[in-house]
Amino acid sequence: MRKFLLFLSVILVGFLFLVRLFYLQIYSANKHDLFEDNAIRKVYDYPKRGFVYDRNGALLVANQPSYDVMFIPREVKPLDTLEFCSLLKITKDQFKQIYNKAYHYSPWLPSVFIPHLSKEDYAVLQEKMRKFEGFYIQKRSLRLYQTTIGANVLGDIGEVNNAIIQSDPYYKMGDLIGKQGVEASYEEDLRGVKGIKFIQKDRFNRDIGPYKDGIYDTLPEPGKDITITIDAKLQEYGELLMKNKRGGIIAIEPSSGEILAMVSAPSFNPNLLVGRDRSKNYSKMHYDTISKPLYDRSLLAQYPPGSPFKVLNALIGLQEKVVTIHDRFGCRMGYYLGSRRLTGCHSHSSPLSMIDGIAQSCNSYFANVYRRIIDKYDDPAQGMNVWSDHVKSFGLGNYLGYDLKIGSKGRIPDGDFYNKWYGENRWVSTYNISNAIGQGEVEATPIQLANMIAAIGNRGFYFTPHIIKNIESETIDTNYTTPKHTTIDKEHFEPVVQGMFDVYNKGTAAALRVSGIDICGKTGTAENFIKINGVKTQLTDHSIFVAFAPKDNPKIAIAVFVENGYWGSRFAGKIASLMIEKYIKDHITRTDLEDWILTHSLEDEYHKPYSGETFKINGETTLQVIPLDKSLKSKISNLSN
Amino acid sequence: MHRETHRYFKFDWITIIIFLLLVVFGWLNILSASHTGETIDYFNAAEPYGKQLIFIFLTLGLIVIILSIEAKFYERFSSIIYLISMLSLVGLFIFGKNVNGATSWYAFGGMTIQPSEFAKIATVLAVAKYVSDLNTDIHKIKDQIQCFILIAIPAILVLLQNDTGSTIVYAAFFFVLYREGLPKIYLMIGIAMTLLAVFSLKFGAIFTSIAAGILIVTNYFFTKKKPSFIKPILILVGCVMLSSGVKFFYQNILQPHQQDRISLWLRLEKDPLKLENMKKTFAYNLNESEKAISSGGLTGKGFLEGTRTTGKFVPEQHTDYIFSTVGEEWGFVGSAMVVILFVLLLIRILHLAELQKSQFSRMYGYGVASIIFMHFMINIGMVMGLIPTIGIPLPLFSYGGSGLWSFTILLFIFIKLDSNRINEW
Repeated sequence: MRKFLLFLSVILVGFLFLVRLFYLQIYSANKHDLFEDNAIRKVYDYPKRGFVYDRNGALLVANQPSYDVMFIPREVKPLDTLEFCSLLKITKDQFKQIYNKAYHYSPWLPSVFIPHLSKEDYAVLQEKMRKFEGFYIQKRSLRLYQTTIGANVLGDIGEVNNAIIQSDPYYKMGDLIGKQGVEASYEEDLRGVKGIKFIQKDRFNRDIGPYKDGIYDTLPEPGKDITITIDAKLQEYGELLMKNKRGGIIAIEPSSGEILAMVSAPSFNPNLLVGRDRSKNYSKMHYDTISKPLYDRSLLAQYPPGSPFKVLNALIGLQEKVVTIHDRFGCRMGYYLGSRRLTGCHSHSSPLSMIDGIAQSCNSYFANVYRRIIDKYDDPAQGMNVWSDHVKSFGLGNYLGYDLKIGSKGRIPDGDFYNKWYGENRWVSTYNISNAIGQGEVEATPIQLANMIAAIGNRGFYFTPHIIKNIESETIDTNYTTPKHTTIDKEHFEPVVQGMFDVYNKGTAAALRVSGIDICGKTGTAENFIKINGVKTQLTDHSIFVAFAPKDNPKIAIAVFVENGYWGSRFAGKIASLMIEKYIKDHITRTDLEDWILTHSLEDEYHKPYSGETFKINGETTLQVIPLDKSLKSKISNLSN
Repeated sequence: MHRETHRYFKFDWITIIIFLLLVVFGWLNILSASHTGETIDYFNAAEPYGKQLIFIFLTLGLIVIILSIEAKFYERFSSIIYLISMLSLVGLFIFGKNVNGATSWYAFGGMTIQPSEFAKIATVLAVAKYVSDLNTDIHKIKDQIQCFILIAIPAILVLLQNDTGSTIVYAAFFFVLYREGLPKIYLMIGIAMTLLAVFSLKFGAIFTSIAAGILIVTNYFFTKKKPSFIKPILILVGCVMLSSGVKFFYQNILQPHQQDRISLWLRLEKDPLKLENMKKTFAYNLNESEKAISSGGLTGKGFLEGTRTTGKFVPEQHTDYIFSTVGEEWGFVGSAMVVILFVLLLIRILHLAELQKSQFSRMYGYGVASIIFMHFMINIGMVMGLIPTIGIPLPLFSYGGSGLWSFTILLFIFIKLDSNRINEW
């Protein structure tokens, strides 16, 4: 035995080593090693990024060539920095800074030295490039926008950051990726797949030919062209109408859920985020925290929905059988509990039944309906939950699931919400009566509200709103082609639709009628507050309008929010009518409305809270009139042909 | 004439051929790992590969000298050789040159000599001489202690010079002494202590103590002839004390870099940030060497074609990490061949050692095999990430004159002793 201890140890260790070698070299041999191998030069071949077309086939986004100066820090040899810097128009300090940062990232992986050379700089530099060892020029493709509109829809592409590189090995330093809008949503379709060539270098860093005769090389796959649901003309028209205003417009085709227009105001020219000035322009807009041009109000801004929300309460009342269309409720310029007025109202005939209640937007009528819904059950929390479930079935109160990467949930309270707030059984329906008229705790984004109106136009179902219409050789997600049904039975919609039709016929939007189109709409006026130096201050109401048209088989459903525009038909209603007419007729007969919108600005109104002075709101304000901008007008007339 | 031929054939040519194969293949890898520039200047003493080639040629002369000396010389003068060697280690404290934190070198002009490499030979000679003495009985505690002192002196001296790796090599003498009759209990204690230490660090002292307790109790109940229960209790107490002491030793006695190496090996560190940091600092060598080996695949990238070797990704690749060059450029085939060559060399030495008639020669053979084995196990184990990082060279492979010469002398003294075994008595 004593003879064998060392002998066996030797055999055992030898065997272990062979097993370990087998594990390291054969079992887990790493195929991706090529990418980390500094002796293999990787040359990428970037494919054409897919084009973006609007629903009518108009080209919106194309490509333009761009040249990046790339370098591999380890391979940089001493060079004439002075000449190099002057060619690139940078200082020597910048040179050092860029070099050190890249060296820190990785000494042997390529980094971008200067992105997006101008064509002139490229031409000069190309001649002298061979003098600068370790540097080379990578051709890439940048976006070329064929339009000045739709920045929030189209989005932009930008250089990948370290976090992306680490989470997705497809991307290498300096690659471009969709950052926002459809560029981000459909990045994988648009980008294609870049090709790669592996080139063997010898010990002295010279290329000696394709690695293993190119068996690992791949060809680039071009990006796919996509068609989006946006109607470029309608989008542009919306953006022009929203000049000097803030807010959002969403127009949806109810029969498909396709987003026809998605306007956020103020917006910007998408070309600002292309090329070398990208970061400068981006930060300029990023730091504009007052008008927030980068903030997509149509998707992100949560507003109290105001009166358009009343139609939902009417529907829920009918579905829950707590009210019939013939039930009348009185209104004494408001809704009273005992002698206390819970909500005010404006003057109109009284009492009103449902259809007139909607047409006249009577607060008292909906306060009564709302109380009947919530008080149907002994426990108000239960009533609240039933109500909340109905409301949520219209896509409110949660992310809608559309194919853009940003969004807000909105807010639809339920029983738990108030139980937490007031305590269990310590509240009744009058505590949150404001929900009856779309104030109080409810909040919604423009796209949610547009979707809600589409569902009403469809009499009880909607398709999840989406921006993609067609991807080359691909079918779109079935989620967007499957109808989502609301919890309201179809027969309850007709009286509500009739009420909305009457809004245009004889109600709050009677002045906005467009001949030849049966529009169903609903005005909204929403109180809103901000904090100025910690003091809650009321601002002029938001002007809100929702509509769909035509009444039967609607082609368009629209929600318009104009911040601080005061009552619903004042700004939002006019814009909604114009948008509908534009989309359905392609030309405007109500040019009086159009001129009014173009000659009235809300800039003064927006300036007030930041002026530091005390200011008046709503009825005590005067409208700011601006001269008609001829260029706007001519742009608009160019839109119809 | 006939007599002359006969004399040469007495040398064990199998060992010599394996030796030559390893040295030549080792040099090719040093060339690959250390050359820069376009031309290879074979005898350029400014380049490691050129220097090593000169060392190798000098080694050939050294072999002739060693084989020419009378075999009895080594046994007779072992005490003096040991004494001189120990003095040279002590002298390092005064005249030594500090390289990479270890004071292990004498510098003569442009040359450096590392006496600790040669101290191993002297210690093998001394231990063999002492134990084979007729007055020594390895079963006696007193003789065991004296023998341990012989080994401990050089071990402690190199430890004081901050050369932990070389110290650990002295554990090799356990194999030699065990072969000669060192009681089994030492083997048991050695294995038990190693297991206890590793388990305590990995799973904690409490878990390890309980596990050890269960083992001891079960063993006691299944023993047919019940011994006194005092012995198992004493063992258990020892286990508990050891496992609790390990943590203290780990945290307070070991230096931070040693803690880190063990912590990486046992995967003790769970904090991903610290792990990432480790990968960038001391674990970088290991990480790169594993990658280089792994990238070799079945047949390797070819001589002088290793991309990681050429790119100098693995620091110290021509010295301690030379095996990663083999892995990358010669692949599984080449690396397995090196492992097999070492195993064959060791088995051959052991086989020859068992054939020796004198206890001195047998012990010396065992000493040679154990020392080469320790180096082989620790070095390749470390380069492949099987054991914690301990910096010792791969015999006959790694760059370095002292290492090459000492292993040559170590091995060829044995070849000389072996060739003489027929003449004895």
